[in-house]
Amino acid sequence: MAEVYSTLRTPLVLDNKSYSDITRDVCETLDHRPSTAWWAAFIVSFSLLVIGAVAIAYQIATGVGVWGLNNTIGWAFDITNFVFWIGIGHAGTLISAILFLFRQKWRTSVNRSAEAMTIFAVICAGIFPIIHTGRPWFAFWLIPYPNFRGPLWINFRSPLVWDMFAISCYFTISFVFWFTGLVPDLATLRDRATSKIKKKIYGFLSFGWDGSNRTWHRYEKVYLLLAGLATPLVVSVHTIVSWDFATSVIPGWHTTILPPYFVAGAVFSGFAMVLTLMLIVRRVLHFESYITLHHIEQMCKVIIATGGIVGLAYATELFVAYYSGNEYERFAFINRALGPYGWTYWIMVSCNILAPQLFWFKKLRRNVAVVFVVSIIINVGMWFERFVIIMTSLTRDFLPASWSAFTPTIIDIATLVGSFGLFFTLFLLFSRLLPMISIGEVKNVLHYANNGKGDKK
Amino acid sequence: MSRRLLVNVFQSDQDILNATKAARENGYTIVDAYTPYAVHGLDKAMGIRPTRIGWICLGLGLLGAAAKLWFQIWTSAFDWPVNVGGKPLTSLPAFVPVTFEVTVLFAGVGTVVAFFLVSRLLPGKRPKVVYEGVTNDKFVLVLAEEDASFDVEKVEKLFAPFHMVKMEERVEED
Repeated sequence: MAEVYSTLRTPLVLDNKSYSDITRDVCETLDHRPSTAWWAAFIVSFSLLVIGAVAIAYQIATGVGVWGLNNTIGWAFDITNFVFWIGIGHAGTLISAILFLFRQKWRTSVNRSAEAMTIFAVICAGIFPIIHTGRPWFAFWLIPYPNFRGPLWINFRSPLVWDMFAISCYFTISFVFWFTGLVPDLATLRDRATSKIKKKIYGFLSFGWDGSNRTWHRYEKVYLLLAGLATPLVVSVHTIVSWDFATSVIPGWHTTILPPYFVAGAVFSGFAMVLTLMLIVRRVLHFESYITLHHIEQMCKVIIATGGIVGLAYATELFVAYYSGNEYERFAFINRALGPYGWTYWIMVSCNILAPQLFWFKKLRRNVAVVFVVSIIINVGMWFERFVIIMTSLTRDFLPASWSAFTPTIIDIATLVGSFGLFFTLFLLFSRLLPMISIGEVKNVLHYANNGKGDKK
Repeated sequence: MSRRLLVNVFQSDQDILNATKAARENGYTIVDAYTPYAVHGLDKAMGIRPTRIGWICLGLGLLGAAAKLWFQIWTSAFDWPVNVGGKPLTSLPAFVPVTFEVTVLFAGVGTVVAFFLVSRLLPGKRPKVVYEGVTNDKFVLVLAEEDASFDVEKVEKLFAPFHMVKMEERVEED
């Protein structure tokens, strides 16, 4: 099964690596001190994180009024950022769970980092609803616990409560999935560690893993079960996020297309972020034999597929707004494209629909620089997509008397910047502490289409 | 009671797979195989029974679903009924999302906890590494020497085509 010899298939690991080469290549970066580039990146990310932390501290101390919100516009940057980060996370679960079920073996080189990205993105996302409560020290009121107020329970019919459950469940399952995958690799690190402290820490975390096949046999089953559970979960999470909007009566939000549209958009943006990160990791840590051009090409193909779905959703929304005959719905969409925030709509369309079209060309899919630039353009475009959905509908609702505008304050921007700082800080720490490529899984696909090379047969 | 073990070290997944099949066909008792990654088909070659962990997953999932559904109905309709927008107190469709999430949570976390418990993997447990490199690039098959008729040389001959790198006799103390 691990042996697939076919000239039609592309090898997943290049350069005739052996098993021990894989172990060495992946673990080596953890052996020596971080490079200057790492420190530079860390200092920048950490500074951004500090800026964000200061902004949030100021906002909590002063009140949500320090944001650009007003009576009409109750959701703006905070919820935009929340949806953006949750969306980023979805690619990790897609790679680890859905591609696993589809037996896409190329996922093995990127799934570890992508799952880590999921966890960090969900952490970033989780901050926004909590600080948006205004009094985050009461955020635990969202949890149904026996209290002295009756007990008065939370309203289980509210999409915001569904959301709270979806996000916390998603975080927990993603973490468990990621950690279960890490245990065998932590054992590898433990067995090759030379320093006592490292041996102790990796030994503690690897749970006494000894590579027994009785355990591997169960482990495979557990992995399959988790993949099977995470697949509907990831679809449900962004569906529920979209219900935050779809169950309201605001024009432009109150549509049945929102769940599939959000899920496709999430995967689209998430893959763009995976590419952004992996292209850097590949270059800096010299993982070119593991994250090959073939891998990059596959991810570009996922981007063009999901980008196509997103484009179709944009078109469908416009058509349905016209075809519904509902004047508020029609106005919402005319306003979206031509109103005061029209420029954000056109940024969204050009970044998300036009830019990915480059990936139809094989030459461009295999051009790392082009892919990197497009991945960043898509990240920007998908942030704007959420901004467009939230902002254009809120600024122009039913009553012209309550129409308003939103301008982000410096605190809004600092909080957004801070979330990026947190994300990259966590990712950089991860790159120093844990193996970024799933060692065991890559060994399993080593011989995939590698016609007998490196094989001792 | 102590038993004598024969530790056989191989270098590739195909070799250990074929060696395991040969050992089993010749009636040797396979204690365990240790590999750096999950070698597909090795569980069948060793004759391990299919794991029943899937049932634990199903059971916990159903338990989670039932518990959460009951909890939502109990809090919304019985313990402190609140009229929200004139909707029925037990509005089942609205309870679906949270029920689903909790189902996945119970099934997922429960399965992993069960897996670690059943496999006796616990944080900080001291590993018994059977042979150095077994988490790197060595594939180890451990046979039990059950009685006096056990002939190491015969095994060596049996495994000769599979590029065995090392063979070691050990006594396992309980």
